[in-house]
Amino acid sequence: MDKVDGPDSAGMRGCPSTGEPPAAAADIVDPAPFLRHGAEGEELELLVQGARCAGCLSKIETGLKALPGVTEARLNLSTGKLRVRFDAGRLRPATIPETLARLGYRATPFDPTRAAAEDDAEGRRLLRCLGVAGFAAANVMLLSVSIWAGGEMTETTRLLFHWLSALIAMPSALYAGRPFFGSALRALRRGRANMDVPISLAVLLALGLSLHETIAGGAHAYFDAAVTLLFFLLIGRWLDHLLRRRARGAARDLLALQATAANRLGADGHIVAVPAREVRPGDRLVLAPGDRVPVDVAIEDGRSEADLSIATGEATPRAVGPGDRLVSGVLNLTGRLLVRAEAPAADSFLADLARLIETGEQSKTAYVRLADRAASLYVPLVHGAALAVFAGWMLASGDVRTSLINAIALLIITCPCALGLAVPAVQVVATGRLFRAGILVKSGDALERLAEADYAVFDKTGTLTTGRLRLTEPDRLSAEDLEFAARLARGSRHPISRAIAEAAGPGPLAEESFELPGKGIEGTVEGRPARLGSPDWVGLTTPDPEGDAVWFRLGERAPVRLAYEGTPRPAAATAIAGLAARGIASEMLTGDGEAPARRLAALVGLERWTARLSPQDKLARLAALKADGRRTLMVGDGLNDAPALAGAHVSLSPGSAVEASQHAADFVLNGDSLAPLTEAVDVARAAKRRILENFAFAALYNAVAVPLAALGLVTPLIAAIAMSSSSIVVTLNALRLARGRRAA
Amino acid sequence: MSGLAWLIPAALFLGLIGLGAFFWSIRSGQYDDLKGAAERILVDDDDRPLP
Repeated sequence: MDKVDGPDSAGMRGCPSTGEPPAAAADIVDPAPFLRHGAEGEELELLVQGARCAGCLSKIETGLKALPGVTEARLNLSTGKLRVRFDAGRLRPATIPETLARLGYRATPFDPTRAAAEDDAEGRRLLRCLGVAGFAAANVMLLSVSIWAGGEMTETTRLLFHWLSALIAMPSALYAGRPFFGSALRALRRGRANMDVPISLAVLLALGLSLHETIAGGAHAYFDAAVTLLFFLLIGRWLDHLLRRRARGAARDLLALQATAANRLGADGHIVAVPAREVRPGDRLVLAPGDRVPVDVAIEDGRSEADLSIATGEATPRAVGPGDRLVSGVLNLTGRLLVRAEAPAADSFLADLARLIETGEQSKTAYVRLADRAASLYVPLVHGAALAVFAGWMLASGDVRTSLINAIALLIITCPCALGLAVPAVQVVATGRLFRAGILVKSGDALERLAEADYAVFDKTGTLTTGRLRLTEPDRLSAEDLEFAARLARGSRHPISRAIAEAAGPGPLAEESFELPGKGIEGTVEGRPARLGSPDWVGLTTPDPEGDAVWFRLGERAPVRLAYEGTPRPAAATAIAGLAARGIASEMLTGDGEAPARRLAALVGLERWTARLSPQDKLARLAALKADGRRTLMVGDGLNDAPALAGAHVSLSPGSAVEASQHAADFVLNGDSLAPLTEAVDVARAAKRRILENFAFAALYNAVAVPLAALGLVTPLIAAIAMSSSSIVVTLNALRLARGRRAA
Repeated sequence: MSGLAWLIPAALFLGLIGLGAFFWSIRSGQYDDLKGAAERILVDDDDRPLP
């Protein structure tokens, strides 16, 4: 215990591998309403933010296990989900998030009713199929190679080997092929043809023909072709699934944010913690500093400042008081508030956002991938050719068996092994290259969509700026004024105070200080009374002309002005110019006010911008662009951008974005700079070229293979060589992308 | 040729053992947190927690 309780030096909290600030100790949700009662004690699932490395893992798990009554604590680093099992008789549930906050991590409880949906059953199924296909491919190929090589092999041995291959390949292929069969069936039912249709057909026909030949004692069986094909294609499928899985977390994180508890004030004056979803309109709630607003509310009593950035993107906190309305998700910063709920959780702002994100993601699934577009061309051509071959042989020889074998051989050899690998191989290589450049790609088709983008829309706060404030001209202040102002500022969590404290560097605190929400800080510095805050707080009668500055007064001296601004993100201007050079015009949409928007637009070289937009307005603007035929790249970071990120043709988030936005976006930048943006566009465009080249090669390959098959010259050996060599050519072409040659 | 009579079953048996082990590793959740597994190597369980 004492290790956890021991004094924290500021630098040791939070993830030790990143410089991120630790969670605010006040921002804690009581998880009591979210407990699950199991046989071995209470179970609690929390979404932990900010855990990234082995140090985090060890700190969190050992820290929690040291608590009395905790029997198990396990953190999944990939999903950020922490499962704690404990004895509720010995431990107050709130101690768990409190301990995590002390260690420097923000934790929100998971609603257990939604946790089941999180299970990655699909991934495990693919892995099992991959294992079976790999086992079958290795063993059947071993038998096939001996058949092809065995000059002195007797017919009995060959028959034995064929039967062995059949015994291994038939059940394996039927098991491992299910992902393809299922998808092909679904596509056929909708009257469409995707790549899985020819794959399934080739596999099933190859199995059927080979079984028939084995029973008849024939020389040729294609068991190896069927299972190796499945093995290679499943590798592509599994890689694609890994990329895709991350993308599905968007709604999950929003739901976790919604799983907040609310402190309800009962008629008897007692405060009870209840899940936010149980709050009814008219309930009176108490909001402590650091609490997130659980549902849409109106303030009845109290004054505070609220961080509205989640809803509006505004960087500066706003002073709020009785009568003001707050939407759910907003952060209460400084004062204690008594509020009245105006809407149930399901109709509140956060739930609306979650619904908008879901709609956006559905619209993206309507995107037809390049591979499927190729399949819709390819399927009728190849199947037509197979029919023609069958008819031709029937006319020429009249022998049903030879005609059927030749037609099926054509289907097998033209099976889109190369085509099926053409797209995933390129996308995996491109994704790896972007990863090294500091860009995470969420799905393969995101690359295809980025290559098509011809218009960019940027959010302001947190995207073109870093979301932190900085003093505009700290040099104009005397070092003494700055240091004395910083002594008041260092004790405050207000963003402007943070900017002042940062400009002044580390140092002592004021002897005493007191913060009045919406006004400023008052305290004693070097024995003299000091005030930091709005103009009237320091005794000025005229309001500030520009509005984005605070004033500092020490003793009876004249007040000094400290101007601040949002810090532009490194390389924002370069990225916008780079996009313009690639034929992508840019526009800025922000929820912030006109004046800061105009200043920043001039600074980064943007001509088109609109201020004071709600999340719905942003989405409407994107829809208008779409109606104009534009394919929009949306770059944003806030929760208010998440619907727009999900709804845009393709989207990108900086790494500092809230997790819901990172999940809603197709790309996430790893790091502060926007510079990799242009590289992402280059790689996406190069990847699209490689994919088209691969398609062209596959067409060429088929142009050679089809006549051979039509003439009945394709033996299993030729099929195996042709199919694997075409796959190798396609993969090598994809690997060219990894060499990092810049696209023209 | 008689060597095949036991070489082939032996090969298949070994392959099946590998496949069984793979299935077991999937069922016991070893692929559920690939990132965590990579980082956990660095954690010494018998060590004291970080301050």
